Amino acid sequence: MTKEHRIFQSSEIFKLEGGSEIPTLHVAYETWGKLNNAKNNAILICHALTGDQYVTGTNPVTKRNGWWSDVVGKGKLIDTDKYFVICSNVIGGCMGSSGPTDLDAENNQIAIDFPIITIGDMVHAQYLLVQSLGIEKLFAVIGGSMGGMQVLRWIADYPDRLNCAVPIATAARHSAQNIAFHEVGRQAIMADPEWKNGHYHKSGTFPSKGLSVARMAAHITYMSDVALHRKFGRNLQNRDAVTFGFDADFQIESYLRHQGTSFVDRFDANSYLYITRAMDYFDLASGFDNNLIKAFEKFKGRACVVSFSSDWHYPPSESRTIIRAMMGAGVKVSALEVETDKGHDAFLLDEPIFHRALGGFIDSSARIFGIEGN
Amino acid sequence: MLMTLKTRPDFDAIIENVPTGAKVLDVGCGDGELLELLQTHKNADVRGLEISDEGVASAVARGLSVIQGDADKDLGIFPANTFDMVILSNTIQATKKPKEILEQIKRIGNRAIISVPNFAYWKVRSYLFLKGEMPVTKELPDTWYDSKNIHFCTARDFEKLALECGFKIISVTPTTNDRKGHKKPHVDFFVNLFAQKVVFALEKL
Repeated sequence: MTKEHRIFQSSEIFKLEGGSEIPTLHVAYETWGKLNNAKNNAILICHALTGDQYVTGTNPVTKRNGWWSDVVGKGKLIDTDKYFVICSNVIGGCMGSSGPTDLDAENNQIAIDFPIITIGDMVHAQYLLVQSLGIEKLFAVIGGSMGGMQVLRWIADYPDRLNCAVPIATAARHSAQNIAFHEVGRQAIMADPEWKNGHYHKSGTFPSKGLSVARMAAHITYMSDVALHRKFGRNLQNRDAVTFGFDADFQIESYLRHQGTSFVDRFDANSYLYITRAMDYFDLASGFDNNLIKAFEKFKGRACVVSFSSDWHYPPSESRTIIRAMMGAGVKVSALEVETDKGHDAFLLDEPIFHRALGGFIDSSARIFGIEGN
Repeated sequence: MLMTLKTRPDFDAIIENVPTGAKVLDVGCGDGELLELLQTHKNADVRGLEISDEGVASAVARGLSVIQGDADKDLGIFPANTFDMVILSNTIQATKKPKEILEQIKRIGNRAIISVPNFAYWKVRSYLFLKGEMPVTKELPDTWYDSKNIHFCTARDFEKLALECGFKIISVTPTTNDRKGHKKPHVDFFVNLFAQKVVFALEKL
């Protein structure tokens, strides 16, 4: 992976939760807008499992719009004319931050010699980046799915370093079902003969088939049954009748195959293993005597927890666990459960009520905390 | 929203009962209008519970902390003894289990302000008596099959339930034009006959 991304490099050894360390931590990041004089208008956006730092504008790798271009940008809900927006590639990722695609002395990817990382480690790296930008306190930390886990870790680990938190379509811990789906994905990658025990770069191979299957399985969890039915039903793909074979007869098959094959062009298989593992290990309360309330107790800012009714990947019940704990901790929390049939993916789609609430939360919080644009 | 009948006389009687600086929960807070008034005029620390996502989105845009949820199911989300005051404005008659809601309110708050439409209001009585049909009035505008109000009660009925649930009646304020503002210590014959709607101020024993 090329390293032409904008990079923050830490001067200190980076200690990981698992006990290992990264000697030279680098974090690839992007920013939009300007930091104001009071340095209080910064918003950190945390990306999901397969996201990256290119929230808005054109992604230089995919040449497509950034993953949250509808929400972030000039004059958008998260207005880059008013706020200084930061997004960094998570460590373990493959878009320039420290991860398995880092090269060793012989120019081979370090691959699975990269240490196991956690959501807490990702957040720790973000914290160092934010410090290096001269920001003492973020106005807001916002993220969906795995991004939401990072938001929760921010509240727990750096409670006085953010004013507002918006965890979206997420959970305070990974459920058995979540872990199960991830394990299917990882096993698909590792079963691909081209994975070569992780050292495919050295062998000049790539486990495209395995990674593609992993993506296909995961993609199913991002959509609801109703949305799948509406979009594809039992419609056939460019044919009038089933072929009595194993070709992609159905549109849904063709769609998933396309999702899989286009994913392998932009994502690293080992990164997928590392990041899914970090998510599986996520259990916020475990660091607080298994009492989630304690994780939120020191946070004096405002929070807005958003979930989507048809999201069975991180269902509203997971959000209610978060809300209940925040209530117990005395956090000023708002919570929205958006009625939609679009499933987990809804957090990236055009959901008017969600966007109205998100915009309203940001604007009203800016008033309350006296945030002025640059 | 469970009901959209929130009217200013109702609000006035509620606001009057909220002490300055109180920690308040409004159950069924709609777009947060009452909470904002309490925040502005009583410097109250306010929270809301609201069933509709539209209501929550509007309340959040006002800068309020509002949770989306159903009074019948989600009051359990609030820890015990969290609030000085729990407000239930024109909502209890639309809930499935009013008694359980009162029990929850007692658990999470110290005092409660609950407004209820009075089914013993003389116009309602005469409507039923003379026409022999379920009353449709300004306060109860829907036909019986369309109404969200599934547990009608009279002022006296509600008072009985509140006492049974372990509340003390602090005051009873009718909010109809003809009886407005005549605060009473309990529901008497006149309140039960002439009040269209009643605001109860309760305190747990």
